[in-house]
Amino acid sequence: MPVLFVNKERVDIASNVPGDTPLLWLLRDSLKLTGTKYGCGIAACGACVVYVEGQPVRSCRTPLSSLRQGAEITTIEGLKTKEARAVQAAWVKLDVPQCGFCQSGQVMSAAALLAKNRRPTDADIDAAMSANLCRCATYVRIRAAIKEAAKALA
Amino acid sequence: MSESRVVNLSRSRRAFLKAGGAAGAGLLLGVHVPVLAQQGGPGKAGTATQAAPFEPNAFVRIGRDNTVTVVAKHLEMGQGVYTGLATIVADELDASWGQVRVVSAPADASRYNNLFWGPAQGTGGSTAIANSWEQLRNAGASARAMLVGAAAKRWNVPADGIRVSAGVVSHASGRKATFGELAQAASAMPVPASVTLKDPKDFVFVGKHVPRTDSAAKSKGTALFTQDVELPGMLTALVLHPPRFGARVKSFDASGLKAIPGVRTVVELPTGVAVLATGFWAAKKGRDALKVEWNDSRSWRGSTDELMAEYRKLAAAPGKVARADGDAAKALAGAAKVLEATFEFPYLAHAAMEPLNCVMRLTEGRCEAWYGAQSQTADQAAIAQVTGLTPEQVTIETLFAGGSFGRRANPQSDYVVECAEIVSRLAKTGTRGVPVKLVWTREDDMRAGHYRPAYLHTMRAGLDASGAIVGWQHRIVGQSIADGTAFEKVLVKNGVDATSVEGASTLPYAIPAVTVDLHSPYGAVPVQWWRSVGSTHTAFSTETFLDELAAAAGQDPLAMRRALLAKHPRHLAALELAAREAGWGTPLAPGKAGTKRARGLAVHESFGTVVAEVVEVTVKPDRSFSVDRVVCAVECGVVVNPDVVRAQMEGGIGFGLSAALYSAITVKDGVVEQSNFNDYPMLRIDEMPAVDVHIVRSQGKPSGVGEPATPVIAPALANALYAATGQRLPEASCRSPRGAATPTPKRAELASPEGARGRSSGAGAVFGRA
Repeated sequence: MPVLFVNKERVDIASNVPGDTPLLWLLRDSLKLTGTKYGCGIAACGACVVYVEGQPVRSCRTPLSSLRQGAEITTIEGLKTKEARAVQAAWVKLDVPQCGFCQSGQVMSAAALLAKNRRPTDADIDAAMSANLCRCATYVRIRAAIKEAAKALA
Repeated sequence: MSESRVVNLSRSRRAFLKAGGAAGAGLLLGVHVPVLAQQGGPGKAGTATQAAPFEPNAFVRIGRDNTVTVVAKHLEMGQGVYTGLATIVADELDASWGQVRVVSAPADASRYNNLFWGPAQGTGGSTAIANSWEQLRNAGASARAMLVGAAAKRWNVPADGIRVSAGVVSHASGRKATFGELAQAASAMPVPASVTLKDPKDFVFVGKHVPRTDSAAKSKGTALFTQDVELPGMLTALVLHPPRFGARVKSFDASGLKAIPGVRTVVELPTGVAVLATGFWAAKKGRDALKVEWNDSRSWRGSTDELMAEYRKLAAAPGKVARADGDAAKALAGAAKVLEATFEFPYLAHAAMEPLNCVMRLTEGRCEAWYGAQSQTADQAAIAQVTGLTPEQVTIETLFAGGSFGRRANPQSDYVVECAEIVSRLAKTGTRGVPVKLVWTREDDMRAGHYRPAYLHTMRAGLDASGAIVGWQHRIVGQSIADGTAFEKVLVKNGVDATSVEGASTLPYAIPAVTVDLHSPYGAVPVQWWRSVGSTHTAFSTETFLDELAAAAGQDPLAMRRALLAKHPRHLAALELAAREAGWGTPLAPGKAGTKRARGLAVHESFGTVVAEVVEVTVKPDRSFSVDRVVCAVECGVVVNPDVVRAQMEGGIGFGLSAALYSAITVKDGVVEQSNFNDYPMLRIDEMPAVDVHIVRSQGKPSGVGEPATPVIAPALANALYAATGQRLPEASCRSPRGAATPTPKRAELASPEGARGRSSGAGAVFGRA
């Protein structure tokens, strides 16, 4: 039976769960981890970003069959790193969210960026965040909040 | 049916236990309480239906635990309205911000109607703060007076010796009490017939920085959207919609669905065929396996190219008169110079990040709905009609909406009706009471219609020998949004839909002869309001054409506007502030060798708010360009929350830039050609300019800020591109370099003249020009 670890909890996947099920729907519909959002289903918006083995991926296009046995999945609910805490504190301090629907994905991507790069330039932020859409266009504040978080981590 | 909700998946026992004991049930959200609990202020639970000891009016509740609950009658869809509404109450109440939380009001027009909309509850037209301002000041002041009265009685002191500050009621004698301690006693006090409102100089929250109430939940993924609602036994419904507008189901074959685990049933609807399953993925696979034959006898099989050709023909003759000042035809006949221009605007999808959805449960004599409701009263009536109930038997719990931009205020309540059709038909087949979550996929959201209408504008204006504008003729062709809806009576006068001409018929410039007329041809493509409505197109045509006239007259665009706006002090204030902060008239720092840098400006009033924007662009030798900075000034009366105003200006500019650079819905043989974010791209962070927002100091009544920044950016950008290149559209038309095949973002580029010529509407820019 395939096994995943989601936010450090073991999840056994029964054989009747189709392997083509995207990780997104396992998280949302089966595990009720609804912080991860469905926005497009074609890996174009980033609302569904989670970490697989610590790396940000689009869960809407990550079939369960593509995950290795025992894969470690981290969702916004299980995001506890110091980079994540700094990002979330900056998001609140600068009141980044508007509608908020994309922000789980934005936070996941921003925390992943800071985990690799504690001093991101504007170009680094563009490269890391361009795949996360925000229809409210909170981009000005996302950029400022990433810099704010970087400052707090320094 | 709830037993059958086997997840086709089991979590380990350990995970179940950790999740809270009882297996499945521990993972399900309880219905009412948690839904609202998660929407409140930081970490504070509560519900709108929970009784508080002190409820002086429909908007304020004070509990023994000292929490002040503000009941928000408006949808929070990102515009910060929960924060704004609570700010108004908290100020008059003299609460401490930390004790304030916000819950959504139930659908009940008798208490929660939009005061600008008569007897209807709803959010739109940037009216939320404007219509609530006095109502909520009174609600807060009234509650405060009753708390003071209760303290005076308890302490046996005169009420005028009592102070209230930061949630504490006190007297010179040293006596003190919290709101919570006085709540019970205050409830016994008479509701004052009238109250004295604060002198604005005494405001403690209004006009100051107050943090949003929803930032923390939205940064942690705990804010609850319709997509996240989970009810026991709930089924997820996906609908297979027809590829063409107006088509009906002829027949369908669902035999392929039996083999798909999790699929429960299939329901035929007026709008398509719904597949109901235990979750999204099963419903999606079921929908993919469904075979439907469509009856296209009533379908529209045209194209947007043909439509625009038809609009061009219509524009040759005068339409219904929207404005007629003086004799513009005569003025143009005698003009020294006449300029003409034609503008084409494509259909636009709202494309909010949360695709449309709705959760509903129909039981005997009751229908409950949970979703991001924007027109509660109209939706209630529509649900009642489908389900055979009275509107009072329909309850709506309004949740956060993951954006809307007008889409959730659909005049036909389309997606809500579709969900009601599903639960209604389930009930007829013996499965009453099953909660259904209708989910539109992104493709449904993009293709199933209700777009900003496509429009064609033709304009003519004349200059006299001195360069003064002597006449202005503006003709608009495009579908009416209000026609055939409940809004027709209010919005359509003498055959003119106000939403088609607003911004054009209200042209503020002092021009002696102005005519504006309108053709509203019937169209099969469903249309509706889109953030800033008529101004999405009229601001572009009027503000770029005025720029063109200024150039032809050899005048500075700012100087010409300034002269023509002498009688519009609010326009002037915004314009002057933006121009000053942008350094209008001073040289821009040069870019790299070979690049051209320039500024452009535009000013426009919508929904009672005036916004001026100055755009700085850099055009490279290869004709690609970047939007470097936008300086924005806004005149919106008294500012309740300046940071929310700034956020709406920033976001409105980004939203407008998406349309200017990328967005277009096109139709061929009746089928919408776009489907998702790959072929309906939008602005990403690497193209977002720096935005500096400046707020005009004003003592006027508050006016809205959700929409007015959006329409100004495209004309300001086009004017900046003209200033940089000396080319008007189409020569300076923008085109979208991004498509399915270009995942790597590139800068927007200027189209070559050959590439842009002969192109019809919807080739990727809001401002195609023929």
